[in-house]
Amino acid sequence: MAISRRLRNVFRRSRVSEEVEAELASHLELRMEDNLARGMSAEEARRDALLRFGNRTVTRERVVGEDVALAVGSLWWDLRYALSQLKRNPGFAWTAVSVLALGIGASVALFAFVDAALIRPLPYAKPAQLADVTENLPLFPRANLSLPDYLDWKQRNTVFRSLEVYRGEGFLLSTGSGTEPVHGADVSAGFFRTLGVEPMLGSDFRADADQPQAPRTVLLSYGAWQRHFGGQRDLIGRSIVLDGEPVTVIGVLPQPFHFALRGNAEFWRPLQVLANGPHCYTDRASHCLYGVGRLKEGVSIEQARSEMKAIAANLAVEYPESNRGQGASVLPLSEAIVGKVRPILLTLLGGAALLLVIACVNVSSLLLVRTETRQREIALRSALGASRGRLVRQIVTEAVLLVALSGVFGLAAADAAMHGLLTLVSRDMLTSMPYLQGLGLHPHVLLFAGAVCTASAVLFSAAPSVRLMKSGDLRAGLADGGKGDSGVFWRRFGSNLVAVELTIAMVLLVGAGLLGKSFYRLLHVELGFPPDHLATFDLSLPEKEYATEDRQRVAAREILRRLSALPGVKEVGTATDLAVSGNGDTRWIRFVGRPYSGEHNEVLEREVSAGYLPALGATLRRGRFFSEDDDNTKPKVVMINESFARKYFPGEDPVGKRFGDYQLTPSSIRTVVGVIRDLREGGLDEPIWPAMYVVFSQDPETSMEVLARTRGDAASLLPAMVAAVHGFDPDVATSNTTTMEGRIADSPAAYLHRSSAWLIGGFASLALLLSVIGLYGVISYSVGRRTREIGVRMALGADRGSVARMILKEAGRMIAAGLAAGLVCSFGAALLLRNLLFGTPAWDAPTLALVALALGAAALTASYLPARSAASVNPVEALRAE
Amino acid sequence: MAKNDLQGALDLLVLKTLAQTGEMHGYGIAVHIQQASGELLRVEEGSLYPALHRMEQSGWVRSSWALTATKRKAKYYRLTAAGRGQMEAAERNFEQLVEGVRAILQYA
Repeated sequence: MAISRRLRNVFRRSRVSEEVEAELASHLELRMEDNLARGMSAEEARRDALLRFGNRTVTRERVVGEDVALAVGSLWWDLRYALSQLKRNPGFAWTAVSVLALGIGASVALFAFVDAALIRPLPYAKPAQLADVTENLPLFPRANLSLPDYLDWKQRNTVFRSLEVYRGEGFLLSTGSGTEPVHGADVSAGFFRTLGVEPMLGSDFRADADQPQAPRTVLLSYGAWQRHFGGQRDLIGRSIVLDGEPVTVIGVLPQPFHFALRGNAEFWRPLQVLANGPHCYTDRASHCLYGVGRLKEGVSIEQARSEMKAIAANLAVEYPESNRGQGASVLPLSEAIVGKVRPILLTLLGGAALLLVIACVNVSSLLLVRTETRQREIALRSALGASRGRLVRQIVTEAVLLVALSGVFGLAAADAAMHGLLTLVSRDMLTSMPYLQGLGLHPHVLLFAGAVCTASAVLFSAAPSVRLMKSGDLRAGLADGGKGDSGVFWRRFGSNLVAVELTIAMVLLVGAGLLGKSFYRLLHVELGFPPDHLATFDLSLPEKEYATEDRQRVAAREILRRLSALPGVKEVGTATDLAVSGNGDTRWIRFVGRPYSGEHNEVLEREVSAGYLPALGATLRRGRFFSEDDDNTKPKVVMINESFARKYFPGEDPVGKRFGDYQLTPSSIRTVVGVIRDLREGGLDEPIWPAMYVVFSQDPETSMEVLARTRGDAASLLPAMVAAVHGFDPDVATSNTTTMEGRIADSPAAYLHRSSAWLIGGFASLALLLSVIGLYGVISYSVGRRTREIGVRMALGADRGSVARMILKEAGRMIAAGLAAGLVCSFGAALLLRNLLFGTPAWDAPTLALVALALGAAALTASYLPARSAASVNPVEALRAE
Repeated sequence: MAKNDLQGALDLLVLKTLAQTGEMHGYGIAVHIQQASGELLRVEEGSLYPALHRMEQSGWVRSSWALTATKRKAKYYRLTAAGRGQMEAAERNFEQLVEGVRAILQYA
C-alpha cells in the first residue's frame, strides 16, 4: 500500500516535514559531536556541519517532495512515455484506436437501446407490480376484454389491488380552422392511480368519472398540451371540443409519462358507458378493452394468472354462448410492452458485442506484435534497472491511454450512431416505442462504456505483460533482439487469435445472411395484389354531422366520386382496414342450416366499398365482385377469401351459401356472392386468416381508409386527393397519407426485419474486414520473421512455388480452424436467432455454404499477398540482411 | 537515465550499508560509506535523506527513533525483506553494468 501511504503523506505534509526537520537536526548534532571529538572549536564544528549539509530547507523540501514525485511524477512520466510511444508509431496508434473505437461505439450505442427499452424502469410507481391483463384465445394470445367480462374479473379476483381497462380511440379535435384527427384513449377512472402517475398540472379523474352521468372530462399528455395549446397553464378547467362534444380539460400528464401499449394517445377520456358506446360495453361477446392491474403486495404474476384463468373458466361455464374458449392472460406490463423487441435488441447487442470482441482481438494482436518488436527496448530498460513491475506498469499505462482515447472516440461514435438509428425508425414505430425517447448517454450507458473500457484495458495490459513474463532472460533479449523464441510464441498465439476472429466473423456473417434472407422473403411474400401505384390515406367523418347511416353512405359515395374524377386516378375504394394492416377486427360467425354447438368461428371482417377489391387488384376466384347495386335496399351480401372457403366450405361451392353472427340475428345474415384469392390482410409475417368482406353501403361507418390506384406516381397524387376530400367538407379529417408501398416498408414487421438485417449485416462486414486484416497481419508478420529461413530454403533449392505453398499452408490451417469452429458456433447462433427468422430455416445450408465460401475466399486472398511476397524473397539479400 | 544510474548506485550503497550494520541512522550511513570506501566515495548529505525517505516509502527500509551511544535522539533505519531483495537485484544489475562498461573499455 505504498501508493496510499505516499498520497496520505502528501496530505499530511506538515507532520512529515516536522519529522524530517527533527531528523536533519539530529544529523547536524551528530556531525558536530564528531567534529568536536576531532578537536574543532564549537563554532568551527557547527560551521563545518552546516557547510557539508548544504541548504537545510531545500533538503527538507526535497525529502518531502519525494512523496509527490513518487505518487504523481512517475505516473506522469509513464504517461508521457506512453504518449511518445504512440506518436512514434502513428499508423499503429490510429489503427488500434479506430478499430477499438468502432467496437466500443457499436456496443455502447446498442446497449443504450437495450437500456432505454429493457433496463430502465417504466415511468410508473413500482412498475414490477403492474400486470397486463387480457383475455386469451388460441389465435390471439392477448385478446381484448368485453366490459361485462372485465366487471366480473374485477369483482371476483383477490389478487389485484386495482384492475383498470383502457381502449384506444381516435378523436376529431376541433381547432380554429377545422378539425384534426388526434389519438387518444378511453380509460376507467382509476387508470392513472393504478399506474401511480399523477398529473403535473390539475387533477386526476374523480373515482366516479366513468359513470354515465358524470361530467365529461379529459386529461392531456404533455406533448398534446404543448403542441395543440401552447402549454397554456390556464387551459385547466377550460372546455375543448372532441368529436363535436365539449369536454373539460382537468389536467396535464407529466412529461416523462408514456403508455407504450397505446403509444400515440394524447387525449385521455374516462371510459363512460353511454348508450351510443361500442358494443363491447354491453355485449359480453364483443371485445374491445385491455386491462392493466396492480398486484397486491406479495402476489406473483403466476398466482394472478392462475386465479384469472380460473375466473375465466367459471365465466365460460356460466356464459357458454359468449365465453366458451375465452381464457385469461396475465403478463408483467413490461413484458407486454417490450416483449416483442427484446429478442431483436438482444440479438443486435450480441452482434455488437461480437464485433467488439473482434476489435479487441485485433488490437491485442497489434499490441503483441509491438511487444515483440520492442523486446530489445524492454531488455535495455530492464538492464538499466527497471524492475519487471515497473515495465508492466509502463505497459498498463500504454494500454489505458490507448483505451481512453478509443473510449472518447467510441462514445462520440455511439452518440452519433444512436441518433442515426433513431432517424431510421419510422414515426409509427416510434410512437409504439415511446421509451426510446429517453435514449442517450445516461449513467447506465456510461457505466457500461466504462466496464467495456476497463475490460479491454485489462486485456490489453494482460496480453503483453504475460508475454513479457514469459520471455527468457534479459540478456537473451538484448543479444537476440527478440528474434528467438518470440517468433514461435507469436506464430502460435497469433494464429489462435486469427482463428477466433474468423470464427466470430463467420457467426456474424451467417447471422447477417439468415436475417437478410428473411428480410428478402418477407418483402417478397405473396400479397395477393400488386402493391405499386396505390395511394392511401385514412379518413374520418365527424360523428355529429354524419350520425345516420344514410348520411355516411351519401358522404362516402360523393367523396369517392370526386376522387375518381381526379386526373391520374384509375380506381378508388375504401375499407375499414386496408390490406397488410394487421390481423384484427374479427367476428364470430354461424352458418344457416348447419348444426351449431357454440364453437367460435372467428374470421376477419372488412367493410369495403364496391370498388375497393377491384381497385386493389384482388383476383376473383368464383362468383362476382360487389356492385353499386348492392345497397341497403337489397339483401345483404358478402365476399369471402379462399382460406375461408377452404375452412368452412371444403369441397362445396360457397357462392349462394348464407351465414350470420353467432346468434344468427336476422339482420346479420348474408349471402356469399363471390370468392377472392387470399389477400394479405395481416402483417407481412402473419398467417393468412379466413376473411369476409361486407359492402360499405350495407354497413356504413364514419371512419375508413381510402385507396386509389393511380396511373403515374402514387405519392404525387396524394395532395390533390386530400384537397378533393376537403373540397367536399373541410371538417372531414384525413391523416396518414402515404402509398401502399410506403405502408408496407414502414410496417413493424418490415421495419424490424430490415433494421436487424442491416445492422447485423453492417457488423458482419466490419467483422469480415477486421478478421481479414488480422489474418493478413499475422501472415505478413510471420513472413517478415522468417525471411532468413526462407532465404536459406531458397538457397538450398526450394522454388518460389513451394515457398508460397508453405506460407499458404500455414494460413490454410488457421482458416480451416476458424471456419470449422465458425460453422459449429453458427449453428448455435442460428438456433438462438430462429424466432427472428421468416421463411428461412435456422439450418439454412445455402447460407452456411455461401458464407463459408466467401469468408474462405477472402481469407485466402488476404494470405496470398504475403505468400507472394515471401516467394519473391531474394535469398542473397535475405541472408545478408541478417 | 544517468539520474537513474546514480540514484540506483546511492540506493545500493545505502542498502548494502544497512545490510552490513544491521541498524543505522542517516549520519552513520554517510560516515560508513565514506569510511568503507576508503574515503573514495563521499555521500552528499543533502541527497541522502530524500533517498532514505523514498526507500522507506517504497518499503525497502523501516525506521524508528532511538538514542545514540551519546544519548542523542536519532532516526534509525533497518532493512526489510523487500529491501534485501531489492539490494540483491540492484547488485546484480550493477555488476552487469560494470561488466558491460568494462568490456567496452577493453575494446577502446
